Amino acid sequence: MMKKLTIPEEEHMLSGHTACLGCGATIAMRYVLKALGKNTILSIPACCWAVIPGVYPHRTLDVPLLYTAFEVTGAAISGIREALDAMGKEDVNVVGFAGDGGTADIGLQALSAAMERGHNVFYIMYDNEAYMNTGIQRSGSTPMGAWTTTTPGGKKRMYKWEPKKNVAEIMVAHNIPYVATATIAYPEDMIAKLKRAKEIKGPKFFQILSPCPTGWRHPPDKTVEISRLAVQTNMFPLYEVINGKYKISIKPKNPKPVKEYLRLQGRFRHLTEDEIEMIQKNVDENWKALLKKERCSQEE
Amino acid sequence: MSVLLPEDPTPIAKVPSTENKTGGWRTFRPVIHYEKCIRCYICWKFCPDAAIYFASPDAHAAPKEALSKFDTVEINYDFCKGCGICANECPAKAIELVLEESAEGDEE
Repeated sequence: MMKKLTIPEEEHMLSGHTACLGCGATIAMRYVLKALGKNTILSIPACCWAVIPGVYPHRTLDVPLLYTAFEVTGAAISGIREALDAMGKEDVNVVGFAGDGGTADIGLQALSAAMERGHNVFYIMYDNEAYMNTGIQRSGSTPMGAWTTTTPGGKKRMYKWEPKKNVAEIMVAHNIPYVATATIAYPEDMIAKLKRAKEIKGPKFFQILSPCPTGWRHPPDKTVEISRLAVQTNMFPLYEVINGKYKISIKPKNPKPVKEYLRLQGRFRHLTEDEIEMIQKNVDENWKALLKKERCSQEE
Repeated sequence: MSVLLPEDPTPIAKVPSTENKTGGWRTFRPVIHYEKCIRCYICWKFCPDAAIYFASPDAHAAPKEALSKFDTVEINYDFCKGCGICANECPAKAIELVLEESAEGDEE
Protein backbone atom coordinates (compact mmCIF):
# COMPACT_ATOMS: atom_id res chain seq x y z
CA MET A 1 0.00 0.00 0.00
CA MET A 2 1.83 3.02 -1.22
CA LYS A 3 0.63 6.28 -2.64
CA LYS A 4 1.81 9.83 -3.01
CA LEU A 5 -1.00 12.18 -2.01
CA THR A 6 -0.95 15.95 -1.90
CA ILE A 7 -4.02 16.24 0.33
CA PRO A 8 -5.05 14.21 3.43
CA GLU A 9 -6.55 10.80 2.74
CA GLU A 10 -9.13 10.92 5.56
CA GLU A 11 -12.68 11.23 4.25
CA HIS A 12 -15.53 12.67 6.32
CA MET A 13 -18.01 13.23 3.52
CA LEU A 14 -19.84 10.09 2.45
CA SER A 15 -20.94 9.19 -1.05
CA GLY A 16 -24.63 9.07 -1.88
CA HIS A 17 -25.43 12.72 -1.22
CA THR A 18 -27.97 14.50 -3.39
CA ALA A 19 -25.89 17.28 -4.94
CA CYS A 20 -26.12 17.95 -8.68
CA LEU A 21 -23.56 16.45 -11.06
CA GLY A 22 -20.20 18.19 -10.82
CA CYS A 23 -21.16 20.28 -7.79
CA GLY A 24 -18.37 22.60 -6.64
CA ALA A 25 -19.78 23.07 -3.14
CA THR A 26 -19.43 19.37 -2.31
CA ILE A 27 -15.78 19.43 -3.37
CA ALA A 28 -15.29 22.45 -1.07
CA MET A 29 -16.90 20.61 1.87
CA ARG A 30 -14.76 17.54 1.21
CA TYR A 31 -11.56 19.58 1.44
CA VAL A 32 -12.70 21.54 4.49
CA LEU A 33 -13.37 18.33 6.44
CA LYS A 34 -10.12 16.79 5.20
CA ALA A 35 -8.24 19.79 6.59
CA LEU A 36 -10.11 20.20 9.88
CA GLY A 37 -10.64 16.54 10.71
CA LYS A 38 -13.32 14.78 12.70
CA ASN A 39 -13.08 17.02 15.75
CA THR A 40 -15.42 19.56 14.19
CA ILE A 41 -18.96 20.83 14.66
CA LEU A 42 -20.71 22.37 11.67
CA SER A 43 -23.60 24.75 11.44
CA ILE A 44 -25.36 25.20 8.11
CA PRO A 45 -28.17 27.64 7.29
CA ALA A 46 -30.57 27.38 4.36
CA CYS A 47 -28.35 26.91 1.32
CA CYS A 48 -27.47 24.13 -1.11
CA TRP A 49 -25.75 22.24 1.70
CA ALA A 50 -29.03 22.17 3.62
CA VAL A 51 -30.40 19.74 1.02
CA ILE A 52 -27.23 17.95 -0.11
CA PRO A 53 -27.03 15.65 2.97
CA GLY A 54 -30.42 14.21 1.99
CA VAL A 55 -33.68 13.87 3.89
CA TYR A 56 -34.02 12.63 7.47
CA PRO A 57 -32.81 10.08 8.67
CA HIS A 58 -29.92 10.17 6.16
CA ARG A 59 -26.61 11.82 6.95
CA THR A 60 -23.70 12.55 4.64
CA LEU A 61 -21.19 14.05 7.04
CA ASP A 62 -19.24 12.25 9.72
CA VAL A 63 -19.39 15.26 12.03
CA PRO A 64 -22.23 16.79 14.08
CA LEU A 65 -24.26 19.24 12.06
CA LEU A 66 -26.74 21.84 13.29
CA TYR A 67 -29.17 23.34 10.81
CA THR A 68 -30.15 26.94 11.49
CA ALA A 69 -32.36 29.60 9.97
CA PHE A 70 -31.01 31.57 7.03
CA GLU A 71 -29.82 34.66 8.88
CA VAL A 72 -28.33 33.25 12.08
CA THR A 73 -25.25 31.19 11.18
CA GLY A 74 -23.00 33.71 12.92
CA ALA A 75 -25.12 33.59 16.09
CA ALA A 76 -25.34 29.78 16.01
CA ILE A 77 -21.60 29.24 15.81
CA SER A 78 -21.01 31.86 18.54
CA GLY A 79 -23.36 29.94 20.83
CA ILE A 80 -21.80 26.56 20.08
CA ARG A 81 -18.32 27.97 20.70
CA GLU A 82 -19.20 29.58 24.03
CA ALA A 83 -21.00 26.43 25.24
CA LEU A 84 -18.01 24.27 24.32
CA ASP A 85 -15.62 26.66 26.03
CA ALA A 86 -17.78 26.59 29.17
CA MET A 87 -17.53 22.79 29.10
CA GLY A 88 -13.76 23.01 28.70
CA LYS A 89 -13.73 21.54 25.18
CA GLU A 90 -11.54 24.13 23.57
CA ASP A 91 -9.96 21.88 20.95
CA VAL A 92 -13.15 21.42 18.91
CA ASN A 93 -13.36 23.36 15.64
CA VAL A 94 -16.64 25.22 15.23
CA VAL A 95 -17.46 25.95 11.61
CA GLY A 96 -20.24 27.93 10.00
CA PHE A 97 -20.64 26.77 6.41
CA ALA A 98 -22.94 29.05 4.45
CA GLY A 99 -23.62 29.98 0.86
CA ASP A 100 -23.10 33.41 -0.59
CA GLY A 101 -26.73 34.46 -0.08
CA GLY A 102 -26.61 33.44 3.58
CA THR A 103 -23.35 35.35 3.99
CA ALA A 104 -23.29 38.41 1.75
CA ASP A 105 -26.99 39.29 2.00
CA ILE A 106 -29.18 37.62 4.58
CA GLY A 107 -26.63 36.48 7.16
CA LEU A 108 -24.39 39.55 7.09
CA GLN A 109 -25.52 41.10 10.37
CA ALA A 110 -25.12 37.90 12.41
CA LEU A 111 -21.77 37.25 10.76
CA SER A 112 -20.58 40.80 11.41
CA ALA A 113 -21.61 40.58 15.06
CA ALA A 114 -19.90 37.20 15.57
CA MET A 115 -16.68 38.48 13.99
CA GLU A 116 -16.78 41.67 16.05
CA ARG A 117 -17.25 39.74 19.31
CA GLY A 118 -14.17 37.72 18.41
CA HIS A 119 -15.34 34.14 18.99
CA ASN A 120 -12.85 31.44 18.12
CA VAL A 121 -14.77 30.13 15.08
CA PHE A 122 -14.42 29.44 11.38
CA TYR A 123 -16.88 31.00 8.98
CA ILE A 124 -16.75 29.51 5.51
CA MET A 125 -18.63 31.11 2.68
CA TYR A 126 -18.86 28.83 -0.34
CA ASP A 127 -19.48 31.26 -3.11
CA ASN A 128 -21.57 29.96 -6.00
CA GLU A 129 -22.57 33.50 -6.92
CA ALA A 130 -26.37 33.31 -6.63
CA TYR A 131 -29.15 31.64 -4.61
CA MET A 132 -28.66 28.30 -6.35
CA ASN A 133 -30.72 26.13 -4.01
CA THR A 134 -33.95 28.05 -4.63
CA GLY A 135 -33.44 28.44 -8.38
CA ILE A 136 -30.61 30.80 -9.36
CA GLN A 137 -31.82 34.14 -7.97
CA ARG A 138 -29.42 37.10 -7.97
CA SER A 139 -27.43 37.65 -4.76
CA GLY A 140 -25.06 40.40 -3.69
CA SER A 141 -22.23 38.12 -4.70
CA THR A 142 -23.38 37.61 -8.31
CA PRO A 143 -20.71 39.03 -10.64
CA MET A 144 -21.18 41.81 -13.16
CA GLY A 145 -22.95 40.87 -16.36
CA ALA A 146 -24.36 37.55 -15.17
CA TRP A 147 -27.74 36.16 -16.08
CA THR A 148 -29.91 34.85 -13.23
CA THR A 149 -33.63 34.12 -13.08
CA THR A 150 -34.25 37.45 -11.33
CA THR A 151 -31.95 39.38 -13.69
CA PRO A 152 -33.10 37.91 -17.00
CA GLY A 153 -32.15 39.30 -20.37
CA GLY A 154 -34.30 40.93 -23.00
CA LYS A 155 -34.53 43.97 -25.22
CA LYS A 156 -33.74 46.34 -22.34
CA ARG A 157 -30.65 44.39 -21.16
CA MET A 158 -31.67 43.64 -17.59
CA TYR A 159 -28.67 41.49 -16.59
CA LYS A 160 -26.96 42.22 -13.29
CA TRP A 161 -24.64 45.19 -13.79
CA GLU A 162 -23.75 46.00 -10.20
CA PRO A 163 -20.27 44.79 -9.21
CA LYS A 164 -19.84 41.73 -6.97
CA LYS A 165 -19.92 42.50 -3.25
CA ASN A 166 -16.46 41.90 -1.81
CA VAL A 167 -17.23 40.03 1.41
CA ALA A 168 -13.58 39.17 2.12
CA GLU A 169 -12.79 42.90 2.27
CA ILE A 170 -15.76 43.52 4.57
CA MET A 171 -14.27 40.91 6.88
CA VAL A 172 -10.80 42.51 6.67
CA ALA A 173 -12.45 45.72 7.86
CA HIS A 174 -13.55 43.86 11.02
CA ASN A 175 -9.85 43.53 11.96
CA ILE A 176 -10.10 39.78 12.49
CA PRO A 177 -6.90 37.71 12.65
CA TYR A 178 -7.43 35.61 9.51
CA VAL A 179 -9.23 36.14 6.19
CA ALA A 180 -8.56 34.06 3.09
CA THR A 181 -9.97 33.29 -0.33
CA ALA A 182 -9.66 29.86 -1.90
CA THR A 183 -11.10 27.84 -4.73
CA ILE A 184 -11.64 24.16 -5.43
CA ALA A 185 -9.13 23.88 -8.28
CA TYR A 186 -6.29 24.51 -5.78
CA PRO A 187 -6.97 22.01 -2.96
CA GLU A 188 -3.39 22.06 -1.63
CA ASP A 189 -3.59 25.83 -1.22
CA MET A 190 -7.02 25.63 0.43
CA ILE A 191 -6.00 22.91 2.88
CA ALA A 192 -2.74 24.68 3.79
CA LYS A 193 -4.73 27.84 4.55
CA LEU A 194 -7.26 25.96 6.68
CA LYS A 195 -4.47 24.27 8.65
CA ARG A 196 -2.75 27.61 9.18
CA ALA A 197 -6.02 29.14 10.37
CA LYS A 198 -6.58 26.24 12.76
CA GLU A 199 -3.56 27.39 14.78
CA ILE A 200 -4.95 30.92 15.14
CA LYS A 201 -7.29 31.77 18.01
CA GLY A 202 -10.11 34.08 17.03
CA PRO A 203 -12.56 34.46 14.17
CA LYS A 204 -11.43 33.11 10.81
CA PHE A 205 -13.19 33.82 7.52
CA PHE A 206 -12.89 31.94 4.23
CA GLN A 207 -14.42 32.70 0.87
CA ILE A 208 -14.34 29.63 -1.38
CA LEU A 209 -15.34 30.01 -5.03
CA SER A 210 -17.42 26.92 -5.91
CA PRO A 211 -18.63 26.76 -9.53
CA CYS A 212 -22.21 25.56 -9.98
CA PRO A 213 -22.95 23.78 -13.29
CA THR A 214 -26.70 24.23 -12.85
CA GLY A 215 -26.63 27.95 -12.20
CA TRP A 216 -23.59 28.98 -14.19
CA ARG A 217 -24.84 27.02 -17.19
CA HIS A 218 -21.67 25.09 -17.94
CA PRO A 219 -21.16 21.36 -18.57
CA PRO A 220 -20.63 19.50 -15.25
CA ASP A 221 -17.17 18.26 -16.25
CA LYS A 222 -15.85 21.84 -16.51
CA THR A 223 -16.31 22.68 -12.79
CA VAL A 224 -12.65 22.42 -11.84
CA GLU A 225 -11.42 23.93 -15.11
CA ILE A 226 -13.59 27.03 -14.63
CA SER A 227 -12.48 27.37 -11.03
CA ARG A 228 -8.85 27.27 -12.21
CA LEU A 229 -9.55 29.82 -14.95
CA ALA A 230 -11.08 32.18 -12.38
CA VAL A 231 -7.66 32.37 -10.73
CA GLN A 232 -5.60 32.42 -13.94
CA THR A 233 -7.64 35.34 -15.32
CA ASN A 234 -7.47 37.26 -11.98
CA MET A 235 -11.26 37.17 -11.82
CA PHE A 236 -11.02 35.59 -8.35
CA PRO A 237 -7.57 36.23 -6.82
CA LEU A 238 -6.37 33.88 -4.09
CA TYR A 239 -4.94 35.69 -1.09
CA GLU A 240 -4.86 35.67 2.67
CA VAL A 241 -4.84 38.47 5.21
CA ILE A 242 -3.14 37.58 8.49
CA ASN A 243 -3.52 40.31 11.12
CA GLY A 244 -4.04 42.93 8.42
CA LYS A 245 -1.07 41.84 6.29
CA TYR A 246 -2.00 40.82 2.76
CA LYS A 247 -0.29 37.95 0.99
CA ILE A 248 -1.31 36.93 -2.52
CA SER A 249 -1.10 33.14 -2.83
CA ILE A 250 -1.00 32.80 -6.61
CA LYS A 251 0.19 35.52 -8.97
CA PRO A 252 -0.39 34.40 -12.58
CA LYS A 253 2.67 35.39 -14.65
CA ASN A 254 0.70 36.06 -17.81
CA PRO A 255 -2.94 36.42 -16.78
CA LYS A 256 -5.32 34.96 -19.36
CA PRO A 257 -8.00 37.24 -20.83
CA VAL A 258 -11.24 37.21 -18.83
CA LYS A 259 -13.02 36.23 -22.03
CA GLU A 260 -11.75 32.65 -21.68
CA TYR A 261 -13.46 32.38 -18.30
CA LEU A 262 -16.68 34.05 -19.42
CA ARG A 263 -17.10 32.12 -22.68
CA LEU A 264 -17.23 28.74 -20.92
CA GLN A 265 -20.37 29.73 -19.04
CA GLY A 266 -23.90 30.04 -20.38
CA ARG A 267 -24.78 32.76 -17.87
CA PHE A 268 -22.41 35.13 -19.72
CA ARG A 269 -23.19 34.09 -23.28
CA HIS A 270 -25.18 37.27 -24.06
CA LEU A 271 -22.17 39.55 -23.41
CA THR A 272 -21.00 41.72 -26.31
CA GLU A 273 -17.32 42.46 -26.98
CA ASP A 274 -17.70 45.94 -25.42
CA GLU A 275 -19.20 44.50 -22.27
CA ILE A 276 -16.42 41.91 -21.96
CA GLU A 277 -13.94 44.77 -22.36
CA MET A 278 -15.68 46.57 -19.48
CA ILE A 279 -15.49 43.49 -17.24
CA GLN A 280 -11.81 43.02 -18.18
CA LYS A 281 -11.12 46.64 -17.13
CA ASN A 282 -12.89 46.08 -13.83
CA VAL A 283 -10.89 42.89 -13.15
CA ASP A 284 -7.59 44.63 -13.98
CA GLU A 285 -8.40 47.50 -11.63
CA ASN A 286 -9.27 45.16 -8.79
CA TRP A 287 -6.06 43.18 -9.32
CA LYS A 288 -3.94 46.35 -9.28
CA ALA A 289 -5.67 47.49 -6.09
CA LEU A 290 -4.92 44.12 -4.48
CA LEU A 291 -1.24 44.32 -5.47
CA LYS A 292 -1.10 47.78 -3.91
CA LYS A 293 -2.73 46.54 -0.71
CA GLU A 294 -0.17 43.76 -0.49
CA ARG A 295 2.71 46.19 -1.00
CA CYS A 296 1.39 48.77 1.48
CA SER A 297 0.56 46.29 4.22
CA GLN A 298 3.96 44.54 4.00
CA GLU A 299 5.79 47.86 4.45
CA GLU A 300 6.35 49.11 7.94
CA MET B 1 -45.08 15.94 38.47
CA SER B 2 -43.10 13.90 36.01
CA VAL B 3 -42.62 14.95 32.43
CA LEU B 4 -42.93 12.27 29.79
CA LEU B 5 -40.28 12.46 27.09
CA PRO B 6 -40.05 10.27 24.03
CA GLU B 7 -37.18 7.79 24.15
CA ASP B 8 -35.25 9.69 21.50
CA PRO B 9 -36.10 13.35 22.19
CA THR B 10 -33.94 14.95 19.50
CA PRO B 11 -34.20 13.58 15.99
CA ILE B 12 -30.66 12.65 15.00
CA ALA B 13 -29.99 11.47 11.46
CA LYS B 14 -28.19 8.17 11.82
CA VAL B 15 -28.56 6.39 8.48
CA PRO B 16 -25.47 6.96 6.32
CA SER B 17 -26.25 8.38 2.90
CA THR B 18 -24.38 5.48 1.32
CA GLU B 19 -27.80 3.73 1.46
CA ASN B 20 -28.73 6.11 -1.31
CA LYS B 21 -27.31 4.70 -4.55
CA THR B 22 -26.90 7.75 -6.76
CA GLY B 23 -25.32 5.76 -9.59
CA GLY B 24 -28.72 5.59 -11.26
CA TRP B 25 -28.45 9.29 -12.16
CA ARG B 26 -25.63 8.58 -14.57
CA THR B 27 -25.85 9.22 -18.33
CA PHE B 28 -22.15 8.85 -19.12
CA ARG B 29 -20.00 6.23 -17.44
CA PRO B 30 -16.32 7.04 -16.84
CA VAL B 31 -14.16 4.05 -17.76
CA ILE B 32 -10.49 3.97 -16.72
CA HIS B 33 -8.06 2.62 -19.30
CA TYR B 34 -5.46 1.23 -16.95
CA GLU B 35 -2.81 0.87 -19.63
CA LYS B 36 -2.64 4.71 -19.66
CA CYS B 37 -3.21 5.41 -15.94
CA ILE B 38 -0.17 7.04 -14.31
CA ARG B 39 -1.59 6.70 -10.77
CA CYS B 40 -1.44 10.42 -9.98
CA TYR B 41 -4.79 10.32 -8.04
CA ILE B 42 -6.00 13.59 -9.54
CA CYS B 43 -9.37 11.93 -10.28
CA TRP B 44 -9.64 10.90 -6.63
CA LYS B 45 -8.77 14.42 -5.53
CA PHE B 46 -11.45 16.19 -7.55
CA CYS B 47 -14.34 13.69 -7.34
CA PRO B 48 -17.36 15.56 -5.88
CA ASP B 49 -19.03 12.27 -4.91
CA ALA B 50 -16.01 10.68 -3.23
CA ALA B 51 -16.76 7.73 -5.53
CA ILE B 52 -13.16 6.94 -6.47
CA TYR B 53 -11.27 4.71 -4.08
CA PHE B 54 -7.85 3.10 -3.84
CA ALA B 55 -7.21 -0.51 -4.78
CA SER B 56 -4.14 -2.66 -4.27
CA PRO B 57 -1.27 -2.04 -6.71
CA ASP B 58 -1.60 -5.41 -8.43
CA ALA B 59 -5.37 -5.07 -9.07
CA HIS B 60 -4.61 -3.68 -12.52
CA ALA B 61 -1.54 -3.83 -14.76
CA ALA B 62 0.58 -0.68 -14.70
CA PRO B 63 1.87 0.94 -17.91
CA LYS B 64 5.37 1.20 -16.43
CA GLU B 65 7.29 -1.00 -14.00
CA ALA B 66 8.11 1.99 -11.75
CA LEU B 67 4.40 2.64 -11.19
CA SER B 68 3.50 -0.88 -10.20
CA LYS B 69 4.30 -0.34 -6.51
CA PHE B 70 1.74 2.46 -6.18
CA ASP B 71 -1.92 1.91 -5.39
CA THR B 72 -4.33 2.01 -8.27
CA VAL B 73 -7.80 3.58 -8.32
CA GLU B 74 -11.24 2.22 -9.06
CA ILE B 75 -14.59 3.92 -9.55
CA ASN B 76 -17.56 2.98 -7.41
CA TYR B 77 -20.39 2.90 -9.96
CA ASP B 78 -22.97 2.72 -7.16
CA PHE B 79 -22.34 6.40 -6.43
CA CYS B 80 -20.69 7.91 -9.51
CA LYS B 81 -23.14 10.38 -11.05
CA GLY B 82 -21.13 10.65 -14.24
CA CYS B 83 -20.22 14.35 -14.08
CA GLY B 84 -17.00 13.73 -16.01
CA ILE B 85 -14.67 15.92 -13.91
CA CYS B 86 -12.25 12.97 -13.64
CA ALA B 87 -12.12 12.55 -17.44
CA ASN B 88 -11.67 16.29 -17.97
CA GLU B 89 -8.88 16.62 -15.38
CA CYS B 90 -6.97 13.39 -16.12
CA PRO B 91 -3.48 14.47 -17.30
CA ALA B 92 -2.92 11.12 -19.09
CA LYS B 93 -6.35 11.13 -20.78
CA ALA B 94 -6.87 7.65 -19.34
CA ILE B 95 -10.56 8.08 -18.49
CA GLU B 96 -13.16 7.83 -21.22
CA LEU B 97 -16.85 8.71 -20.91
CA VAL B 98 -19.07 6.05 -22.44
CA LEU B 99 -22.81 6.40 -22.91
CA GLU B 100 -24.42 4.33 -20.16
CA GLU B 101 -26.63 2.19 -22.45
CA SER B 102 -23.68 1.08 -24.57
CA ALA B 103 -21.52 0.41 -21.49
CA GLU B 104 -24.13 -1.81 -19.81
CA GLY B 105 -22.65 -5.17 -18.89
CA ASP B 106 -19.10 -4.24 -19.87
CA GLU B 107 -17.94 -3.50 -16.34
CA GLU B 108 -18.73 -4.74 -12.83
